[in-house]
Amino acid sequence: MRWLSTSLMRGLLALGFALALWQGVVWASGVPPFILPGPGRVGTSLWTNAPLLWEHARFTAANLAIGLAAGVALGVATALNLALSPGARLLLRPMLIFAQAVPVFALAPIITLWLGYGAPSKIVVVMLVIYFPVTSAFFDGLMRLPAPLNDLALMMRATPLRRLFLLQLPNALPALASGLRLAVVYAPFAVVIGEWVGSSRGLGYLMLMANGRGQTDLMFAALLVLAAQSLILFSLFEALARGRMKKAGR
Amino acid sequence: MTALRICGDLWMGAAPLIRNLALEMPAQRWSGLLGPSGVGKSTLARLIAGLPGPYRLEGAVGAEDGAPLAGRVAMMAQEGQLLPWADCVQNVTIGARLRGARPDIARARRLLAQVGLKGMERRRPDALSGGQRQRVALARVLMEDCPIVVLDEPFSALDTVTRLAMQDLAAKLLQGRTVILITHDPLEAIRLSDHAYLLGPDGAEVLDLPASPTPRDYTAAPTLAAQARLLARLHRADPALCAG
Repeated sequence: MRWLSTSLMRGLLALGFALALWQGVVWASGVPPFILPGPGRVGTSLWTNAPLLWEHARFTAANLAIGLAAGVALGVATALNLALSPGARLLLRPMLIFAQAVPVFALAPIITLWLGYGAPSKIVVVMLVIYFPVTSAFFDGLMRLPAPLNDLALMMRATPLRRLFLLQLPNALPALASGLRLAVVYAPFAVVIGEWVGSSRGLGYLMLMANGRGQTDLMFAALLVLAAQSLILFSLFEALARGRMKKAGR
Repeated sequence: MTALRICGDLWMGAAPLIRNLALEMPAQRWSGLLGPSGVGKSTLARLIAGLPGPYRLEGAVGAEDGAPLAGRVAMMAQEGQLLPWADCVQNVTIGARLRGARPDIARARRLLAQVGLKGMERRRPDALSGGQRQRVALARVLMEDCPIVVLDEPFSALDTVTRLAMQDLAAKLLQGRTVILITHDPLEAIRLSDHAYLLGPDGAEVLDLPASPTPRDYTAAPTLAAQARLLARLHRADPALCAG
């Protein structure tokens, strides 16, 4: 059973089981394909609509990547600013706490109204959705410098800026990683919701369109591509975080 | 020179911690401050190092020369204050980097060799033993090159044999500095101090120490006798002192 212990083998086994279960449900229940197509039909649709799916997937992936990068950059910059400036903490922290109570997804229609049906509105929805978790996780990490290291900074007469970059920031990297983990989970939701609200391109748009035309197999194909995108995103992040942590000796 | 003097009452919030303090810590000598846990030893360390805390001194702390202490005190604490993400060289040079100065890497490597960590310069604290971590902390104190050094129970987390080795090393390398050794270990105070106080809530009293030079031989009769006397005193001392 040694071959079973590789993660690839286990993954393939789980995938095979899931497909079998899916096909089994389709056969056993006898539901028509426009309600629930079997894996075979979806596979065929994936193959025949590959150029179409590719076109829309590219749009979605680009918005996802840009929104993610911009949201993370903005969140990191905000957290660093808050950690450095008591004035900024006084003014911005209540807003940040309040903003976490607002369901940011619900802002998607307003953002689409302001920014139109193109890529910018999707990018901004992704940015907004991930901005708050990244900011608050990183900021909390920055402010949780262990007391002995705080003493060290005082003894060595560190300036606030050097204290931030030499002590607080490396100490906050694990917290930033958990903020980023939330971000990569939320971002694919956010980009699809942005497209559902109003778009003429993207996998979210394709799903709505296929649904409207009764092309359930195409809808499932788009869903699979979307899931694959998310999975690639997660594994990229995990590989990156593991590499960083190893380098940082954590 | 950089002799130190503390006098007055030390308060923790609204409660008195140590009254009638009158500590003289002569220049270039080791002064031991011995006391049971909870008596306020670490508070004294923070006071001398200029670190903030919920304490208050009604009195004065300062160097005999009248110049401010800030910038002339290095401290080594029980947990070493090492950065878990940084290697030995980076840990030793953190002071310079925090002040925005150029770290002297060559000197850091020399000091690490002096404390017996040659070849381990690239290791991080989690790849070092407890004794090795305290060696890094000692190298950092030497790197800071301050005339006054506060050792706040620096070896109390180490096993007995490692502790003795670290005591010898610190005694050798910190020679010529004004060292304040804060400890709850009678043998440590007796081995290393030129001059020591026993701390209690009502003040500090000067301890009798053997005449031999430090670090004292822990097998010699005067050292053992002094240790025995001190242990007997601490053991039968008033219950408040032993409550910890």
